[in-house]
Parts: sequence; C-alpha cells; structure tokens
Amino acid sequence: MLDEIGVDSFEDLLKPIPDEYMLKGELSLPPALSELELQRDMAVITSRDTGADHICFLGGGAYDHFVPSAIDHILLRSEFFTAYTPYQAEVSQGTLHAIFEYQTMISRLTGMEMANASVYDGATAAAEACLMALRVTRKNRILIAGSMNPRWARVIRTYLDREGFEINEIPFLENGLLDLDAASSLTEGGAAALLVQYPDYFGLIQDIEPMAELIHSAGGLLIAAADPVALPLLRSPGDAGADIVVGEGQSMGLPLSYGGPFAGFMSSKLKYARKMPGRIIGRTVDRAGETGYVLTLQTREQHIRREKATSNICTNQALMALANAVYLSLTGEQGFREISTQCFQKSHYLYSGLIGIEGVEPVFGNTPFFREFTLRFPVSSVEILQKLAEMSILAGLPLQELGEGVMLITATEKRTKEEMDAYINAVASICDVEVSR
Amino acid sequence: MKTVFSMSSSGRMGVSLPALDVPPSAELPEGLERESGSIGLPEVTEGQVMRHFIELSNANYHVDKGMYPLGSCTMKYNPRQNEDIARMPGLAGLHPLSPDAMAQGTLELMHRLSGYLCEITGFEAITLQPAAGAQGEFCGLMLITSYHRDRGEGHRNEVLMPDSAHGTNPATSTLAGCKVIGVSSNDRGEVDPEDLRRKVGPNTAAFMLTNPNTLGLFESKIGELTSIVHEAGGLNYMDGANMNALLGVARPGDMGFDVCHLNLHKTFGTPHGGGGPGSGPVACISDLERYLPDSIVSKDSDGRYFLQKPDRSFGRLLAFHGNVGVLYRAYAYIRTLGADGLCEVTENALINANYLKEKLKGIFELPFDDGPCMHEFVLSGDRQLEKGVKTLDIAKRLLDYGFHAPTIYFPLIVHEAMMIEPTETEGIEDLDSFIAAMESIAREVEEKPHLVTDAPVNTPVLRLDEVAAVKELCIVEPRVEE
Amino acid sequence: MASIPEELHYTETHEWVKSLGGGEYMMGLTDYAQDQMGEIVMVEFPALEEFAAGDVFGSLEAVKTAEDFYAPFDGKIVRVNETLEDEPALINEDAYGKGWLIVVSTDDSSGFDKLKTAAEYATFIGE
Repeated sequence: MLDEIGVDSFEDLLKPIPDEYMLKGELSLPPALSELELQRDMAVITSRDTGADHICFLGGGAYDHFVPSAIDHILLRSEFFTAYTPYQAEVSQGTLHAIFEYQTMISRLTGMEMANASVYDGATAAAEACLMALRVTRKNRILIAGSMNPRWARVIRTYLDREGFEINEIPFLENGLLDLDAASSLTEGGAAALLVQYPDYFGLIQDIEPMAELIHSAGGLLIAAADPVALPLLRSPGDAGADIVVGEGQSMGLPLSYGGPFAGFMSSKLKYARKMPGRIIGRTVDRAGETGYVLTLQTREQHIRREKATSNICTNQALMALANAVYLSLTGEQGFREISTQCFQKSHYLYSGLIGIEGVEPVFGNTPFFREFTLRFPVSSVEILQKLAEMSILAGLPLQELGEGVMLITATEKRTKEEMDAYINAVASICDVEVSR
Repeated sequence: MKTVFSMSSSGRMGVSLPALDVPPSAELPEGLERESGSIGLPEVTEGQVMRHFIELSNANYHVDKGMYPLGSCTMKYNPRQNEDIARMPGLAGLHPLSPDAMAQGTLELMHRLSGYLCEITGFEAITLQPAAGAQGEFCGLMLITSYHRDRGEGHRNEVLMPDSAHGTNPATSTLAGCKVIGVSSNDRGEVDPEDLRRKVGPNTAAFMLTNPNTLGLFESKIGELTSIVHEAGGLNYMDGANMNALLGVARPGDMGFDVCHLNLHKTFGTPHGGGGPGSGPVACISDLERYLPDSIVSKDSDGRYFLQKPDRSFGRLLAFHGNVGVLYRAYAYIRTLGADGLCEVTENALINANYLKEKLKGIFELPFDDGPCMHEFVLSGDRQLEKGVKTLDIAKRLLDYGFHAPTIYFPLIVHEAMMIEPTETEGIEDLDSFIAAMESIAREVEEKPHLVTDAPVNTPVLRLDEVAAVKELCIVEPRVEE
Repeated sequence: MASIPEELHYTETHEWVKSLGGGEYMMGLTDYAQDQMGEIVMVEFPALEEFAAGDVFGSLEAVKTAEDFYAPFDGKIVRVNETLEDEPALINEDAYGKGWLIVVSTDDSSGFDKLKTAAEYATFIGE
C-alpha cells in the first residue's frame, strides 16, 4: 500500500506534522490486555461496585425499574447499534421508523402534538426547553419551581448562564406544594416560562393547571418536567395546559448504569416545532409513492443554521430512545398503567409502614405523592443508611438541606412486600432503641 | 412497513408482571386521574414486538454490513467484547447516587480512564461528564469563559474559528453566550496566520480549531496559530473530532492548545447507536481544572475514590456523571490496544486514507493536494457536476453499490465536497471494492448519468421527498378515533 | 441564466429593491438566490417595526438551507406579503412579482442609491 501511495514508510505520511510537535517516545499506558485478561480485570473492578446488588430504595432522578429482556436483544442488533445517524435516509429506515414511533409514544404519553428524537438526559431536556421558551416568547426571564430536582436546576442554570437571562425560583409551602401567590407576583412584568416538575422532586403531586393559567396570562409557556412512569395514572401535562413537556427516559427500559446513558425526551405543541432543538423525524414518500421517513425541519439544526441554530446538539441518545420505544411497545397501554399503579401502591405501603413507627414523620404532611416520599427520622440519615446497608438495602437519599434525618425514599414495582417489611422492621428497631435510650 | 400502532389489539401485552403483593389502599387525588386506556400506546405481544423491530432493523445500513467512508465521523468497527463489558452487573445495576464507598469499581474505572485520556491528549485534568462532542465543546467554552471572568476579563466573548469548522462550533459559541468570528483558510486549506492575527484582540475568548482540520490536513503552523491567540490573551480550544489521526503520534497539549474534547464514539471505538449515545470528555491544562463541571473523580491518600466538586466549578452538564456505559467501552478499547495498539490505529488510518486518496484523485477532483493527507481527505464532484450529476447523486448511487455515502457538502469551503474517511478497520479488499464502486459511478456519470441521478434503486425505499416532509409535516402517527 | 430585471436595484445579500415612490420600497429575493436555495418552504417575517441597515428582517427556509434577509438601509416596515406564509413557493415561482417579501419606507433615499445596479449584480454573481 505504501508503494501505491508513493512513500517509503509510514513516517513519511507524518511529514505534515512539524517535528517539534511529534510525540517523543511512547504513550505511558498499561500494557495491552487480551479479551480474557480484560474480562478478569473488569470482574475485579466491578466487584467493588457493592451498591449494584443492594435492594434499591434510592431515587432522586434515576429509578430501579424492571427492564424486560427483549429490549437488550433489540439493542444488540448490529443493525441498530453500529449504525450511524440516519442522514442517508434510504438506508436508515429502521432507525428513522423506530424513532418516529418513539416520537409518537412520547407525544401521546405527555398529551402533546409532537416530540423530538431525544436529547442527552432529562436535565438537559429541561434546560433546552427553557432556551426554547426564551426563543418562542422573546422574553428573558424563567421561573423555576423550588421543588425542582436540584441537579436539574444546576444544569438549567449552567445552560442559561449568560448575559441577558434571568432565573427566579418559586418557593414551596410547608406542605411542599408550590406557593401560587409567590408565583403570581413573580409573573408580574412577564416571563418566558414557568418550569414545574410533575410529580416534583419530593414525589409530590400538584395540579399544574393553575400554574398554566398564571404563566399564560404573563405571556409565557408552561414547561412540565414530567415523570413518565406517573403519566399512565395522572392527567397528562398537555391536558393540564403545558406547552412543552420534558423528562427522563431512564425509567422506560434503561438500566441505572451509574447515571448514563439515559435519554431526555421533549414534546410540545405543534406550533413550536420550528423552535424545537435536536433531530426530528418526519414521514414522507419516496419516488414511487411508498411511505418512508427522513430527518426533517433540519434548518433548525447546527449543521445548517450554525450560530443561529436552535441548539448545538448533534449526537443525541438515539439508541436509548429506541429502548424507550421498545419498552413502551412491550408494556403497552395496560402494562405501563399496571407498572405505574404498582409503584404508586407499593410506595404508599412502605410509607404507611414507616410513619406508623414512633418518631418517624412525613416532611410534607399528607400531600399526595407518587413512588417517592420524604420522611424525617428521629435518628441521623447516616445511621439509617448504615444499618440498612448491613442488610444490603440502599435506604434512600439523605436531604440534608431539609434537616438532619430527612430522607427521600423510593419504591418501584420491583420492590416486594418482603423487602419493604424488612425495611420497616429495621427502621422500627433502630428507632425503638433510640426511644428507649 | 407497518407501524407498531397498527398492530395493536385490545388486551395484548408484551411483558409479564408479578401480581401486586400489597393491599391497593392508596387513591389518587381527585381530578388528577387519567382515564384508563386513553394514552394510545400499542397493545401487542412480545413476539410481535420482536418481529416488528427486527423487520425495521433490516432496513438499516450499519458498520457490521459494510464500510462507512464518512469523513470526520470515524465509523470504525465496534469490538463486541466492549458490549458485554458495558453490561456487567456491577455497572448496569449501580444507582448514580450510590454512596461513593459502594461505587468504588466504577469510580476507579473512571479515574483510570481519566488518566489514560490525559496521557493521550497531553493535558493535566479532565471531565468525563459531557454526553457528546457538542456538549464537550460547550463545556470547553464554559471553562474558558469562567477563566476569563475570574481574571476580571469577562468582556472576552469572541470565539474565532476557521470557515471550515463543523456546525457545532458556531452553534456552541452562541450557546455559551459568545460571538463567532470567522478566520479564513489559505490556498493550502490551512488557517491563514495573517488573518488570525488581524482578528484576535482584547475581546478574544477562544480560538476553536479542529486539527487535523476538516480537509484532513494537519495545521502545519499550529504553534504560530496558538501563540498568536495566547499573546492576545485568548485560549486555544481543539475540537478532537479528528483525533484518530494523532493517537500516540502527537498531542494537542503539546501544540499550545488549552482545552480539547474527545469523541469516544469516534476515536475510541464505541458504537454510534444510530445517532447516539456518544461521550465527549474534555481535557484541559491545570489552570482550568478548578472550573470543571461538578463532579470529577479523585483519589484520596488511602486509595479510595470519591466524587468532588472543583472549587470554582462552572456548574453541571447532566443530572449525573456522564454516559458511563460508553466510558466502560472506551476503557476496554484502550486497555486492549495499549500504547502500541493506539499508534497502529493511527498508522493504519493514515495509510488507508492516503491509499484511497491516491486511487481516487484521478477520477474526482482533489482541491487541496499538497502531499499526504492525514486520516481523511476531501474530493470535489465539480467535474461530475458539469455532466449534470450532483455530489448528492453520487452519494445516493454509492448506496446502490452497498456502501454508505461519504460526508457530503462539508466542509463548506469545498464545492460539491465529498469527505472520505475509511478508518483503520477497513482491510485492503474493502478499500479496493470502494475504489471500484467510485470508478464505476464515475463511468456511469459519463455514459449513463440517469443511473446516478435516479439512485438509489437497490435500497429499502427510493429517494425520499424531503420537501414534502417539511411542507406536509407529519412527525407523529395521527390518532385513530374509535 | 438567472433573471435580473434592469429596473431593479440589488443587495450583496441577494435581495432586490424597487422604488414605489413616496419613500416606499418593495423588496424580494432575487431569482438567482431562489434557484440556489431550492423550494422555499417557510417564510418568517420580523417582529420589529423599525430597523437599521443590516438588521435581520426575517428568514427564508428551504429544506437544506436557511437564509436571513437583511435591511438594506434604515427605515420602517410598511407591510409584508402575508400570502407567503401559506404559499412560500411563490418566491420560487415568481420572485419579482407575487413572491415579493416586504414593503419598507425610509426618509433617506441615499441608502437606496448605493445599491447595485442590475449589471453590477450580474457581475457580482458571476454571470
């Protein structure tokens, strides 16, 4: 091959690189491993991830849901996972058709008219939605619910960290619900959007329709950051007046994987389609009149509009969106509602058992919640976490900002009565000792 | 092909769930309940789901089927072992908010990978959080603007870049609140130092450059370019999209760059997934370390790994720690290649690209022909355009020959551009078949141009009407009212 | 060969400008530019009423390209061609007639006088 190229050696091909920038010597990396050695190395490493085999009551934005086997069998098809972005539509109909179905499912689930083909995760979806609302309304202020996942709020602040944009936080009341009076006064002077989580970070369910009315009268959009698993049971955000809906797709068929790859979904009213970031798949026909799918509304995107694009996103989370579509196909109308119901009922069973223990109190009174709830224990969170870890239980997420002994606890459909009883009994004995002390 | 919705029949389900084992005592708040059966999700069996998605998969081109000569996309073979490694239970079941003590394995892997990537790029610090290259660019510009702000130079808001830059570069600059200033390329296809000198100034925040550039040429005056920017008080950002040309050969950290992102889904063999997920780690000089996103992985004196927020962190890019599953694959890729193997990647990527370039330059125009290219090169379809055949037609005809098309109409500075990157994982037989296909298409352009302009004909669908797709927008399946 | 009517004036950003008298000017996209863009599928008009030379008036969108159109001089917007919102392809079909974009008014005609003549525009686009 070197002859054909007309050089004597590989080094001749490196001539364009000035000598002073050539790496002297070799990279300092560990020696190469064979496949078998690598597997051994990895077995040792992953054995130190002791949290992975614990019974998981931890949520806060990532959830331990059941993942049907069929999903991974589809994800492992070379045709899907080794394919490139579907720019050449004629040889990418598999990906395009599947993502079109994904867009449809997300639109229907959220009660919207369209959806994009995914963004990086739920937090970036929320941030992109804020930027989208700023574009649509040409206003410069965003109101964010104080009961928003704090990690998501950080991402939003990072994405909006530039001159001319302002973010105001809407406080929540003692019962955890958003302070509508405060929200009302914050909307004075107009705002681009009000962003609310539904259910919120603490798992609380609040009617978002009054917020839609508030922000609409201020000339802005309602952005709902919705938990997809709650949506089979709860009135859809679209029905309640949301203009843009975003969320995290991990709960729909993706493993926890220490936080990624996940997939953020974004849906909206059709009239905002041209302000939407990211890829969008559309249906069309080919030269013979047969149905086919293409990337559409591409002039929104960076490869065409460059500095005037609706977003800089290029690579998204296509394979994860495919997993979401397969998950929603497998579970379907009934299965997804059953999973939602089980999350709702099981979390309430655990909640009832725990607040029956002397000294354990709900932080937000009897405000309705979904899958996730917030309790104050009479002992430190560290003690609860440690004692339950001895039983291979990940007890929950300490919320130091709400005080000592406050924890956010989650029960998905995967948790059994037996596991929850063990949790309740362990907490009872910890608290019992504390009370008698 | 049918949609999954059209197969739906009431009562079917593709998943089996245990019965609810607790009393169903809780009730939803009144007025907030959704009517059962009203969403519009399909009702199908697992068998139907499998058949449907497998049928769809058959309509996809993919790396395991054949070559993707997509310039700047680095579509190389994805080693199978890496798929298994990313699915190991220790990772798959690990909650991202697990206490650090229970995530020591994955944290150690991330720490090791951080070290390898710093060594490969010649930098001191790194974040693995960015989910893709574009988010890496955003991260890089946030590091740079934070740095200027801390030095009382928050007014620096101009990002310089050549006219050959990838679209994400200008789009990212806007996202980071900066203004784009274009810098011209000279007749050799490299950035013109004189023009850069004219454009830098007291408002220069950064100079963004892909090196090798999008023409597949190494910027031979790179030291001069980065010095011009440094002297003006700006920082140099390298878009690492083309790192496949530099592994073990040269390092951005040694060329005067201050920040660089990597595309693990290009250079480090992780699959593209039909458009994602990717991963775009950002490496930087030590002066920028304190601004990295929350959190980075550190190691204490007892050898324990922990997550830590840098003291002047600019914020967060994702809810959690990055596309960790992709990091696992990249780790496996680097471990199985080692230093020699990575060098060989670059060696074979360069040889393959130059071989194709030499064989194709007689058939198609090669606008920038000044010695060897790096890992890719750009042809022009101008000669064929004279016969009424556009580059788009040539791209579509390649699909008929069983190849994916090259990157077309990019970079913008080449008319009718075809940007070709074979990668190191194509064998000479594959390269020769591709050359034969290109030769054959060039002949068709001369003799039977309609074969090219009518293409593709051997694909699951014929050429699709993109105008109709925009005009009669249909982006979700309409509901069938019962 | 693109059509370049003698009586019109032209900008470097491919707009044509016609004086309607009384300080009013009609603008549109040149035949050359519409041909380069391909079928135009969307027209977005400005939200602003007053503008300065160089301001973005709005944008035109084809399938693979999007172009802004720019104000050639300072002035005010008088009316826009709302028909284009439903039938954007009129720009392709009749760039100098039914495909007009916008009518503007200005107090200072010197900006108009500085625009390119048909011959200059023809040279500019290489025809």
